[in-house]
Amino acid sequence: MTQVQRSPNETKHMVIEVNNLVKSYKGVQAVDDISFTINKGHCFGLLGPNGAGKTTTIEIMEGIIKATSGQVLYSGISIDEDISQQIGIQFQSTALQDFLTVQETLNLFTSFYDNTIPHEELIKLCDLNDFLDRDNRLLSGGQRQRLLLALALINDPEIIFLDEPTTGLDPQARRNFWQLIKNIKAQDKTVILTTHYMDEAEQLCDDVVIMDSGKIIATGTPNQLLAKHFQNVFIYLPKGQVPQVLIEKHNWVVDNERVEITTQQVEETISLLIAAQVSLDGLQVKSPNLDDLFLKLTGHSLRE
Amino acid sequence: MNFKRFFAVMKARNIEFFRDRSSLGWSLFFPILMLAGLSFVFSGDGKAVYKVGVVNLETVQSPFLATRYVDFIDYKDKSSATLKLEQHAIDFVLDYSDKNYWVNQGSPNSYFIEKIFLGQHTDFKRLETHGKKIRYVDWVLPGILGMNMMFSCLFGVGYVIVRYRKNSVLKRLKATPLSAFEFVSAQLVSRIFIVLFMSCVVYVGCNFFLDFYMLGSHIDLFIVAILGAVSLISLGLLVASRSKSEELIGGLLNLTSWPMMLLSGVWFSLEGAPNAVKVFADLLPLTHLVAGARKIITEGATLADISYHVAALVIMSTVFLALGSYLFSWNAER
Repeated sequence: MTQVQRSPNETKHMVIEVNNLVKSYKGVQAVDDISFTINKGHCFGLLGPNGAGKTTTIEIMEGIIKATSGQVLYSGISIDEDISQQIGIQFQSTALQDFLTVQETLNLFTSFYDNTIPHEELIKLCDLNDFLDRDNRLLSGGQRQRLLLALALINDPEIIFLDEPTTGLDPQARRNFWQLIKNIKAQDKTVILTTHYMDEAEQLCDDVVIMDSGKIIATGTPNQLLAKHFQNVFIYLPKGQVPQVLIEKHNWVVDNERVEITTQQVEETISLLIAAQVSLDGLQVKSPNLDDLFLKLTGHSLRE
Repeated sequence: MNFKRFFAVMKARNIEFFRDRSSLGWSLFFPILMLAGLSFVFSGDGKAVYKVGVVNLETVQSPFLATRYVDFIDYKDKSSATLKLEQHAIDFVLDYSDKNYWVNQGSPNSYFIEKIFLGQHTDFKRLETHGKKIRYVDWVLPGILGMNMMFSCLFGVGYVIVRYRKNSVLKRLKATPLSAFEFVSAQLVSRIFIVLFMSCVVYVGCNFFLDFYMLGSHIDLFIVAILGAVSLISLGLLVASRSKSEELIGGLLNLTSWPMMLLSGVWFSLEGAPNAVKVFADLLPLTHLVAGARKIITEGATLADISYHVAALVIMSTVFLALGSYLFSWNAER
């Protein structure tokens, strides 16, 4: 086991430190000796496909399950049960008590904490006003997630854990939820997010850790990671518009009735296409994203 | 123990129960239907003969004892014979040694048998007793209410906790400062309130139509009901302490409730049962709840008279609760 040496400046901004965390279940290594730090006020993304060990890691950090070995430090102090007063949690899948309304659920959770934020503020922040008197069983997916987020914020925590918060939501509900998280970030709160949606991580996260099979395979800011691993952009054109000779000459890839051109010089490549009298109808230019990075690092897609 | 958290969870559970109309309706109508059905089925007396209690029957020789269509039952003492007369279990009591006879003023059968008796004997002193008849529905009432309490306690606590555990409600609560003790206590008190409230509604409602027999104190009956509810809820908590499977908990709760339904004296007395069955029945909380309540209702027993049943319920509650708290898991870990 190795102990990481940190500079005083690093330590000053650090709110959570995870050291050599291991979790085994009956011979399966769900989390395999991982270490990382989270800075105050940042949105930290724990990314990876299903079964990568994200939820296990986040639940150890929340104090819900115990690690086989390793430690989690909050501002340098090991976690104990008092941590529940200071953190907010939104689990991946949680049912709420049946037959209680949204307002009654807020009242119930308010009673658990010593310090809470006023309901009016919470209702406004999470946009709950339209369904306050609705039975929990009758909430839509987006409404339910907003209520669960409100419950995570009810004790005005400095650190908020969100485990796959937008899974199962429609695109509009996802984008609305992203805006809520941005509003929370704006209050200088630290957000720890697990997701397998790379666009979500790129939109929200300041720092990410990418996990696969219980191990960390990459860590940094999304831009740093992409800049480190990719210098190219992708240009796509319908296959029928590009002469076969040109494809073979430049060794371009044909996939799914599209020609994929990988290049560092977008302008030069487009000039070349124009010179070869190739129609640019349907042309797409795409920068590599975290999905591409994951594919490059592991050889399989994030959604597999 | 933080009482703010405790009361909030208890209130939430009560709201959940009272808004679940199907569950509420079943809890109310099941015992009422059972009592109404039994009352109807056993409304006809069905007796072909009169029953006369005779003190020390073997020592008596009298032509009256040859009267046809009359059963003569031997009693060793007057008090037990007259108690049975008061309860309408028999129609007439004769004591040949003191030349006394007793009639129950509220019993038509008593009136007829007295007329027959006076046709042969005129030198006996007439004494009277009063008392309402004990019908089968009076006898079975504590059994039905006890059985309903048992189902409500076992399934209302055990099943709900496993459902909460399975769908991660417990996991969400664990992520708050709420302690396991506060949660379990709130479930226990909430269920006691629900069970006693429902039992009182059923008892008072049915009493209005059926006019139940009651020799003892309602307060003693209430105390026994509380003790019974606590022991049954504790048993439910113990059964549900770790399981995450609704199928498994369903089986376990059936395994727990069926022996009690059959062997705890709900439907019939265990007096003539084999000794092994009686010993086994003694280990079941419902046996002590039903036996204690029945003695209060039909014999006017006090808590001191039924101290054995009270002690058994207290001991069982303590053991079940201690084990249940020790084994309790918020979230059965993978």
